Amino acid sequence: MMSGWETVIGLEIHAQLATSSKIFSGASTAYGAEPNTQACAVDLGLPGVLPVLNVEAVKMAIKFGVAIGAEIGKRSVFDRKNYFYPDSPKGYQISQLDLPIVGVGSINIQLEQGETKVIGVTRAHLEEDAGKSLHEEFAAHTGIDLNRAGTPLLEIVSDPDMRSAKEAVAYARKIHTLVRYLEICDGNMQEGSFRCDANVSVRPKGQGELGTRAELKNINSFRFLERAINYEVERQIELIEDGGRVVQETRLYDSDKHETRSMRSKEEANDYRYFPDPDLLPVLVSDEEIEAIRQTLPELPEQKCHRYINELGLSDYNADLLTSSREVADYFEQALAFAPGLSNLLVNWILGELSGALNKSDLDIQSSPISAEMLTHMLQRIADNTISGKIAKEVFEAMWLGEGTADEIIESRGLKQITDTGAIELLIDQVISANPNQVAEFQAGKEKMLGFFVGQIMKQSKGKANPGQVNQLLLDKLKSL
Amino acid sequence: MTTTIKQLQQGLAEKQFSSVEITQDYLNKINQHNTDINCFISVTDELALQQAVVADIALAKGTGSVLTGIPIAHKDIFCTDGVKTSCASKMLDNFIAPYNATVIEKFNRSGTVMLGKTNMDEFAMGSSNENSYYGSVANPWDFSRVPGGSSGGSAAAVAARLAPGATGTDTGGSIRQPAALCGITGIKPTYGRVSRYGIVAFGSSLEQAGPFAHTAEDCALLLQSMSGFDPRDSTSVDQPVPNFSDNLNNDIAGLKIGLPKEFFADGLNPDVAKVIESAIAEFRKLGAEIVDISLPNMGLSIPVYYVVAPAECSSNLSRMDGVRFGHQCENPVDLEDLYKRSRSEGFGEEVKRRIMIGTYALSAGYYDAYYLKAQQLRRLIKQDYVKAFEQVDVILCPTTPEIAFKRGEKIGDPVSMYLQDIYTLSLNLAGLPGMSIPAGFSQSMPVGLQLIGNYFEESRILNAAHKFQQATDWHLQVPEVK
Amino acid sequence: MTLKIEEVRNIAHLARLQINDSDVEQYTNELSKILAVFEQMKTHDTTDILPMAHPMDATQRLRPDVVNETNQRDKFQAIAPDIEQFLYRVPKVIE
Repeated sequence: MMSGWETVIGLEIHAQLATSSKIFSGASTAYGAEPNTQACAVDLGLPGVLPVLNVEAVKMAIKFGVAIGAEIGKRSVFDRKNYFYPDSPKGYQISQLDLPIVGVGSINIQLEQGETKVIGVTRAHLEEDAGKSLHEEFAAHTGIDLNRAGTPLLEIVSDPDMRSAKEAVAYARKIHTLVRYLEICDGNMQEGSFRCDANVSVRPKGQGELGTRAELKNINSFRFLERAINYEVERQIELIEDGGRVVQETRLYDSDKHETRSMRSKEEANDYRYFPDPDLLPVLVSDEEIEAIRQTLPELPEQKCHRYINELGLSDYNADLLTSSREVADYFEQALAFAPGLSNLLVNWILGELSGALNKSDLDIQSSPISAEMLTHMLQRIADNTISGKIAKEVFEAMWLGEGTADEIIESRGLKQITDTGAIELLIDQVISANPNQVAEFQAGKEKMLGFFVGQIMKQSKGKANPGQVNQLLLDKLKSL
Repeated sequence: MTTTIKQLQQGLAEKQFSSVEITQDYLNKINQHNTDINCFISVTDELALQQAVVADIALAKGTGSVLTGIPIAHKDIFCTDGVKTSCASKMLDNFIAPYNATVIEKFNRSGTVMLGKTNMDEFAMGSSNENSYYGSVANPWDFSRVPGGSSGGSAAAVAARLAPGATGTDTGGSIRQPAALCGITGIKPTYGRVSRYGIVAFGSSLEQAGPFAHTAEDCALLLQSMSGFDPRDSTSVDQPVPNFSDNLNNDIAGLKIGLPKEFFADGLNPDVAKVIESAIAEFRKLGAEIVDISLPNMGLSIPVYYVVAPAECSSNLSRMDGVRFGHQCENPVDLEDLYKRSRSEGFGEEVKRRIMIGTYALSAGYYDAYYLKAQQLRRLIKQDYVKAFEQVDVILCPTTPEIAFKRGEKIGDPVSMYLQDIYTLSLNLAGLPGMSIPAGFSQSMPVGLQLIGNYFEESRILNAAHKFQQATDWHLQVPEVK
Repeated sequence: MTLKIEEVRNIAHLARLQINDSDVEQYTNELSKILAVFEQMKTHDTTDILPMAHPMDATQRLRPDVVNETNQRDKFQAIAPDIEQFLYRVPKVIE
């Protein structure tokens, strides 16, 4: 980043709300349906149809507003944004302009050095999604699928408070985690349920006035968000330093070439002719309704994270990881409920083995074949020395494949740790007498031979000898020779 | 001869005739006269007879309702499932509606019979039914004159006795004005009383559907069927619908009738004024108390309406883009060409003019001066009525400033056409119910009288109209239709 | 209030209407006449008056989040001008 320049970034995030039906009609919002099978008369904008507002969309928007400490628009209005495009069947999009459902709020993000920065949220409003334009299907035509038309969107607009791509990504991730915690959006960026547009501009350090911004679209991962912003910042700086001027325009991010390009056919100054939609009436929300929604809020990620650190003694890093997904946090807490004393083991196993197995099988934690209860029981067997940590890995794999509970597997495979001193001493004796040369080497001063003996003993015991006891008893034996 | 719906109902109940018989009778008359009057765009004879058969079965079983078997016509702005719905526009000339408007559903449940879809001004924009893709409509009283608009076809059909009742829509007077010019009764209910779902939208915050018939009594029956809360329409009012027929015969002695001086001033044809004066005298005889009132901001109705309605329609008609239904131009070279040619070929001149005006009024730089300003003035207009209704029960005035004008007379001058609605526009802006009833003749042409009620007081104006119609017989006069 | 021809062309474009060169002057005149009527509004003071987008003071009813529409694709596409592979076809749009 060239010195002397400051980057200013604002993000517009469109989160598809997880309602069953559309925002203004009773058609389904389910993803992946055959083209145009979920576009009813209202979604198609046929002559004579009218919109009726989905209560759940309103509740979800309010939920979000409450979670970011925002003012809730007690009287909000829907406006028509007029423009012609084939994926917008009515020739206008129903959105909210001057009186949105959610007003000013804020989000905290963690910076790399550990400090907290407050990012302002200007507003969040409800609007309807457009259909999909498919350009690859036909040579000289574009095909329009209107299944998506009418899906509720919550457009979350940030203040231009971010000063680097990393800050932007931190903010985007925070919002992403939050909407999933609140269960208002599934956050699936590949499927398009969570879309980030970035408004990027640069200005000389110290200048108060904002530079001309470009709007970056078509970004469907956090990695691309960071890259797109970085590319754009460099492009703008180079352009200005070469004597050019940044044009206010929309640019598409090309994830193959890792660059942004100007959108060719888009009209620059689109006069949307906003006016209040006469088919919809002002939405009134009472304090009681807002309070009722506030009562339904789950513990939010930030609160949860702090609690894990302060009350459970987790490290910042681990707490952050565990709370980044509500489902993972729920799993952890469920497990902890079965065995409150096992938090360290749980943290390690959830973030370690379980995460690894889930990633490998491309499953999310809700589909884990090993439930929180099952995992906890296995960890209890480690804690009570029934099995060693190493054997536990074998048990874990067996549980993953559905062989049964930890106890069943330990029993059927005979994996119980050998903790009987006599039995271990017998094994030690066997190994010592079988390896006189190595004993001699040890006695000659080669401390490393301990590892050899331990290995042999573990082999003999098929890994079941308690390592701690083995070490102790072996040392005693060798010393006494 | 005037046959009312009430009489048809009695005849059906007494088995004097069947629904099939009366339906066939009307279909024959339509067949005979439609070429001259041009009030029907589509005649749904097969469907009508099918419905009539079903109605007769219900009547025989005794499972019919009060309107079962009654033939009516529908303005071609109501979506009728499986039946062409053109809005008198080339844009929808090929549009077979894939669903029924709520009003149509309700009539179907009532057991009425659909004779056909009537002619209108294109997309409900006009006051003379001269803006139709299917040609203009003749006033049955004088073929050289207009029937009014935009529901000209429905009004002419009823006036020519080709249907005993018909539906229309009223955005700025489009039921009341043609009712006046054609010498029949028509009512626009309170905004929100009748569902707008399935009515091709023009001025969304202004329009309501309503019935035409020969009598207030018949209108009450039809309006009953049409009214009621519809969950598919967010602007539909969730209020119980009174039985409009219940209070028709109430004595109107002591009823306070207000005469707004602004509606009896310059611009009102003196002959028409005389007819209205006589009608007022009738109301006095019936015991009503006549009160002079003032609606000082009424003069603003024209600019306010002609900003708001076109603004809304410019947006409502954006969906007519040749992509999912309706007219598509041949061989579009690109998207812009598809839109521009489909729309320019599909829309008539008046529609294009209003879209342009509406687009302008909403455009950047002009929104405040035009759209916003108009909506502010709209509130003043409403407030005038609210104040007036503190003093009076009902307001009375002429429906139109003059009798039906000659075809072609005003078509070249949009502004003079707009002035026809001077007495009707303000009700749509305020959302109030209003009706027009025949009050006499001038130069052998009908003159209509407008009764304006307070919010949700359709019963009150129907009552006043009914009493007037019991004391007079203007509404029973029949034009000579050769 | 007279409109300039350029303004009329711009409005026509916003509304996706095509106006022939031979008609544009007539349009400009007609629209200007209508706009002249709007001038009457200027003389009225409307400071502090709330604009009225709806005739009644009603508020929006909220619909329960229930799927109650079935797939009627065949019926709706039967009336469409250009369908291919169940998609609405338009001339290629380049983004």
